[in-house]
Amino acid sequence: MTPLRISIVAAIAAIFLLALIFELIRSRRLQERYALLWLMTGAVILFFSLWRGALGRFSDLIGIAYPPSALFVVASFFMLVVLLHYSTAISELSERNLALAQRLALLEQQLKESVASQRERTET
Amino acid sequence: MSVVAETLSEAQAGRVATKSRLAILPALNEEGSVGRVVREIRAADPGFEILVVDDGSTDGTAAEAERAGARVVRLPYNLGIGAAVQTGYQYARNNGFDIAVQIDGDGQHDPGDLDRLLAPLARGEVDMVIGSRFCGERRYRPPLARRIGILLLSAVVSLITRRRMTDPTSGFRAVNRKGIVLFAGNYPHDYPEAEANVLVARHRLRLVEVPVTMRTRETGSSSITALRSLYYMVKVSLALFVSVFRRYPALED
Repeated sequence: MTPLRISIVAAIAAIFLLALIFELIRSRRLQERYALLWLMTGAVILFFSLWRGALGRFSDLIGIAYPPSALFVVASFFMLVVLLHYSTAISELSERNLALAQRLALLEQQLKESVASQRERTET
Repeated sequence: MSVVAETLSEAQAGRVATKSRLAILPALNEEGSVGRVVREIRAADPGFEILVVDDGSTDGTAAEAERAGARVVRLPYNLGIGAAVQTGYQYARNNGFDIAVQIDGDGQHDPGDLDRLLAPLARGEVDMVIGSRFCGERRYRPPLARRIGILLLSAVVSLITRRRMTDPTSGFRAVNRKGIVLFAGNYPHDYPEAEANVLVARHRLRLVEVPVTMRTRETGSSSITALRSLYYMVKVSLALFVSVFRRYPALED
C-alpha cells in the first residue's frame, strides 16, 4: 500500500495542477484543445493518489514492487504524450508559417510589379 | 483595395495569355553568380521568364538578379531550399506557366543543357525530367563519402519509384503543368530532391533522367557540410520510408 503521506502530497499537487490549468483556460491564456491532455494528466494523478487501492492493484498488474513508483510512471507517460502533442502542434504551426511567408512573398512581388506597370501607364 | 485587386488580376490575366516557360532559381547569398546564371539562361533560351527566389539572402542577391533582368520574389526570411523552390512553382501555377525548370542560382548547372532537359517534355513523353550528373559520358565524380551516400539514396529511390534513378539529389529538373500544380501544392522541405522524385512517381506522373554536365561552383559554398550530410541521410531515409506507407491520389488533368 502506498504510504499515506505520499498520497496526500500527490493529491495536493494534482489539485494544484488542475486549478492552475483551469485558471489558465479561464483567463484565455491556454486554449481548451491544448488543455485537455493536461487536465487528463492531473485527473489521473489525482485518481491514483485518492484511490490508493487502485494504485496498488495497478502496480501489481504491471510488476512494480513499490506502488508510488507507479504513480511516477503514469505521470511521466502522460507528460510524454503531452510533449508529443506539442511537437505535432509545432509542426502544424511551422507548416502554416511557411505557407504564409510564401504567400506574402508572392503577393509582394505581384504588387510591386502592378504598381510599376500602373506608373508606366500613367506616364504614357 | 478593389483597385489593387483589379490591377493584380489584370496583370495576372495578361501573363496567362502567353504560353510560357519559367526558370526557377532558388538563391541564398549568391550575389557573385546569380546575375551570370540569369544572363546565361537568357542567352541559351530567350523564351524563358526567369524567377529568382531569394531565400532570405543578406547580400545583394536580389539586386543582382533584378539588374540581370530576372523577376525576383524575396522570401521574408530563410525558409530552406524546398520551400524556396516551391514558392517558384506556386508562382508558375498562379501565372499559368506550362513548363517550369528548376536550376540552381550558384552556377553549378549549365543552362546549355536546357534544350536536352526540355526535349522529353516537349514530346509529351513525361511529366518531369531530371538532369543527372551520372548517366552521361562526361560524368561528375564527387568525393567518396558523398558518392556512397548518393549510391545508397539512388538505390532506395530506384526501388520505390521502380525505375533506375542515377542522380536522386539533382536540383536541375523540368516539369510540365501537371508537375507544376503538384509541386506548388506539395513539396518536401529540408533536402527535397530525392523525396520529390518519389512524390512524382507515387502520384503516377512519368519521369525520366537525361545526362547533364556539372560545373564546379563559381562562388559561395555548398549548403551540405560533413555533419549535415549525416542528418541529410537520416532525415531523407525516414521521409522515404514513411512515403511508402502514404496514400497518393492520382492527379487529374
